[in-house]
Amino acid sequence: MARITLTVDGEQVTDDVEPRTLLVHYLREHLGKTGTVIGCDTSNCGACTVHLDGRSVKSCNVLAVQADGHEVTTIEGLARGGELHPVQEAFRECHGLQCGFCTPGMIMQSIDLLAENPSPTEDEVRHGLEGNLCRCTGYHNIVRSVLHAAGGAQ
Amino acid sequence: MIPAPFDYLAPTTVEEALAALAEHGDDAKVVAGGQSLLPVLRMRLNTPEVVVDLGRIDSLRGIREEGDHLVVGAMTTHHEVRTSDLVRTHAAVLAHATDQLADSQIRHRGTLGGALAHADPAGDQGACVLSLGAELEVTGPGGARTVPADQFFLGLFETALGDDEILTAVRIPKHTGWGGHYEKFVRVVHQWPIVAVAASVRLEGGTIAEARVGLTNMGPTYLRARGVEEALVGATPTLDGVREAAERATEGTDPPSDLNGDADYRRHLAGVLTARAVVAAAGG
Ligand SMILES: Cc1cc2nc3c(=O)[nH]c(=O)nc-3n(C[C@H](O)[C@H](O)[C@H](O)COP(=O)(O)OP(=O)(O)OC[C@H]3O[C@@H](n4cnc5c(N)ncnc54)[C@H](O)[C@@H]3O)c2cc1C
Ligand code: FES
Ligand code: FES
Repeated sequence: MARITLTVDGEQVTDDVEPRTLLVHYLREHLGKTGTVIGCDTSNCGACTVHLDGRSVKSCNVLAVQADGHEVTTIEGLARGGELHPVQEAFRECHGLQCGFCTPGMIMQSIDLLAENPSPTEDEVRHGLEGNLCRCTGYHNIVRSVLHAAGGAQ
Repeated sequence: MIPAPFDYLAPTTVEEALAALAEHGDDAKVVAGGQSLLPVLRMRLNTPEVVVDLGRIDSLRGIREEGDHLVVGAMTTHHEVRTSDLVRTHAAVLAHATDQLADSQIRHRGTLGGALAHADPAGDQGACVLSLGAELEVTGPGGARTVPADQFFLGLFETALGDDEILTAVRIPKHTGWGGHYEKFVRVVHQWPIVAVAASVRLEGGTIAEARVGLTNMGPTYLRARGVEEALVGATPTLDGVREAAERATEGTDPPSDLNGDADYRRHLAGVLTARAVVAAAGG
């Protein structure tokens, strides 16, 4: 067992974990943050995307012990006082989801993308989301949602 | 899938990391960004007893100039490499290849040192550092040594690194004023190339004065296309002007056959992609 202390969605947590515990399992099973989901076994789908020190990572491909001393934000840490994050709101507004399974990862990656490039072109949005797979929407409304959140007239 | 159990060590200096490797020998495995190693551990293709994390060793990070070299710390992330003005200015082809490597999330964790130590023949950065004539700085129990890239990559997932050694930095001769382009042929974005070509060229009066060309996934490890480099000298940087030189890209190659394409198809691609890469590197 290894003792880890990190900040998750603004709250400090300390736990003893097995070193082999993946960050996504730690979030879901130790902290009950099941908003972050697992969609694949190969780190391809992006459904598990969270922010580690403010940058997007696939939490199925990070060990919980590697996050020791760092700050993690999940989809559950975005809303403020009952108000959705603007990117969450944009996905709702533009129907950026159907079954919703890819949505937590899509939103976390979209926020990272907009932080780096606040006014992306459609092409830049598609490239910025290339590590996130969606089996339902065909991506068009996801891309519209991101452009909408960026302030474009979509 | 989750990895088999292991002990985890997080040294904060290279000396501590080397001591851990010396103590645990081949029961230990180093983790850098973990973007290649964690999938391997999760599939239990490897089951080390000890994992030594280099992530807390600050001295392994960062990009700096040292005379006519660019020195990139092994733990510098793909994201840092692709957004670095120094890399863009002095090793344009590496910045361009790293732009197209994997996806944003993987690039935030994965490192240049990890990718080179992994030596996946389809990895995007090996052909860049090989063609630019880079050297790898390696440290082990006996001290530090410098290994030229063409002696570092030995074969399929095989390098000159010993079990008790760590790759600490990559020294790249500055190619200031050279154009660079990485032409990557993939079926699915954010995946490894079927074939790719790393090209850097220096023009003089509208023709090619010097060229450096590296090939990805045309053999068990990265290859330098020296025949192409020689034949390009004096060529006009247009598709017609470089076609004949680019055909020499297949010399000495031994491409794999797999679901993405057979060896003949890859040889065909190598010529076509080399011509495109060289013309684009020249600004065309
Ligand atoms: C979904 C996905 C898509 C990808 N797509 C691409 C792609 O398109 N192109 C591409 O090139 N790569 C791709 N990759 C791989 C990616 O580039 C990895 O980041 C990189 O290959 C490994 O770097 P790392 O820092 O994560 O190394 P790790 O995974 O931590 O380590 C890799 C290996 O190198 C050893 N090692 C690491 N650092 C050192 C060191 N300093 N000294 C000695 N040994 C060391 C480790 O022990 C391990 O064996 C992809 C990965 C994923 C998961
Ligand atoms: S669950 Fe992490 S990328 Fe698919
Ligand atoms: S909405 Fe169903 S996977 Fe994207």
